[in-house]
Amino acid sequence: MAKPKVALYWAASCGGCDIGLLEIGENLLKLIEAVDIVFWPVAIDVKYKDVEAMEDGSIDVCLFNGAIRSSEQEHIAKLLRAKSKVMIAYGACAYQGGIPGLANMYNREMIMERAYLETPSTENPDKVLPQTSYQAPEGELTLPLLFDTVKTLAQTVKVEYIIPGCPPEAQTTWMALEALITGQMPPVGTVITGNAKAVCNECPRKRDVKKVKKFYRTYEIDPDPEICLLEQGLPCAGIATKGGCDARCPKAGMPCTGCYGPVDGVIDQGAHFMNAIASVIDSNDPNEIGKIIADIRDPAGTFYRYSLPDSILRRARV
Amino acid sequence: MSFEPKILGILCNWCSYSGADLAGTSRKKYPANIRIVRVMCSGRVDPVFILKALQSGADGVLILGCHPGDCHYTSGNYKALRRMEMLKKLAEQMGIEDDRIRLDWVAASEGDRFAEIIKDMTEKIKQLGPFPRDGGDNG
Repeated sequence: MAKPKVALYWAASCGGCDIGLLEIGENLLKLIEAVDIVFWPVAIDVKYKDVEAMEDGSIDVCLFNGAIRSSEQEHIAKLLRAKSKVMIAYGACAYQGGIPGLANMYNREMIMERAYLETPSTENPDKVLPQTSYQAPEGELTLPLLFDTVKTLAQTVKVEYIIPGCPPEAQTTWMALEALITGQMPPVGTVITGNAKAVCNECPRKRDVKKVKKFYRTYEIDPDPEICLLEQGLPCAGIATKGGCDARCPKAGMPCTGCYGPVDGVIDQGAHFMNAIASVIDSNDPNEIGKIIADIRDPAGTFYRYSLPDSILRRARV
Repeated sequence: MSFEPKILGILCNWCSYSGADLAGTSRKKYPANIRIVRVMCSGRVDPVFILKALQSGADGVLILGCHPGDCHYTSGNYKALRRMEMLKKLAEQMGIEDDRIRLDWVAASEGDRFAEIIKDMTEKIKQLGPFPRDGGDNG
């Protein structure tokens, strides 16, 4: 039997997901033994035209990381979808938009102005902005169009499975790859983490009554190593986030930021997290409540750290 | 044709829904822009309800509960207060105008107050215009 063909791609992502894949360590050898990698821009030299030349459905599995925020990324997502039997959203950006998804707090114009005109390290006296097409003496030069709104992979093409995380933990990645190699994939639509419950379920910290009088940013306190971080006033997303990561951040004293996405049945991870945070505020006095809430400087960035494009609102109204 | 906003009202069973009922039985006039859903307590209202309502066609969402100290379940309205304060801060960041989301208190005896709140909110949202559901996405 021919080895299954696997393609990997990165769209709007930082490259961490590709590193995350390497995290599986020696299992990588098992993977390479079991499958043929036909496309992986970060590691092997295969061009877009080589993918275009492949037959539709000839790739068995595509592991796609990164959100969709340019015409090039959308084009490749559609191309790989056509060529692949199974499409997997790999990592938080492909799944929910991820950190690049926070660009949905702004629009294209604001982003261009910030990046090419306003940043202190930029000197651009002629106010030159990237164009999608430019007539150079040598001929036409083109660039992909930057979208106004960042989209998730599933908002762009049909997706069969999700491997969440920023980046996915090695054990999560390997769990999915092993299932793939052995042909024991779960039902279509599964978010593969190995834990349907929240991160709190895997967190060893002691939990008591959640009543918070003041929220802190991580640099403001040195948290007790034994007690629940949320009870100590750190907005920890563990309560609103699917487990499977082995609670690595809370174990290391850092609050969970929610990269594994919502627990099953939740449609808006950020609102779910926000609801939980509001519920632990220990006050009935409107003024005091306002003061406690003011400690959360950036609600959108805190609650929707990885999930803004996948939320109910999808973007800010600007 | 002038813009007639759709406002979703989520009212607690014990005080506010009775207040709305009183407004009706006392033949108080108020705009027909409100669509009322009854819940047992304003503490039941999840911010998701409000976001989903806006995204699904509402131009404003009104949550009404018992006055502070009067909650049938002791503290449900305080819970609503905490959630709404948090949601309003998020909404501001997301570019949702403050007047589109409102939490207020109406007792069972306050039919007049209920009618006033509906009038006031309808007027304010008429001035804001429809909620931009597409979020201004242009590709």
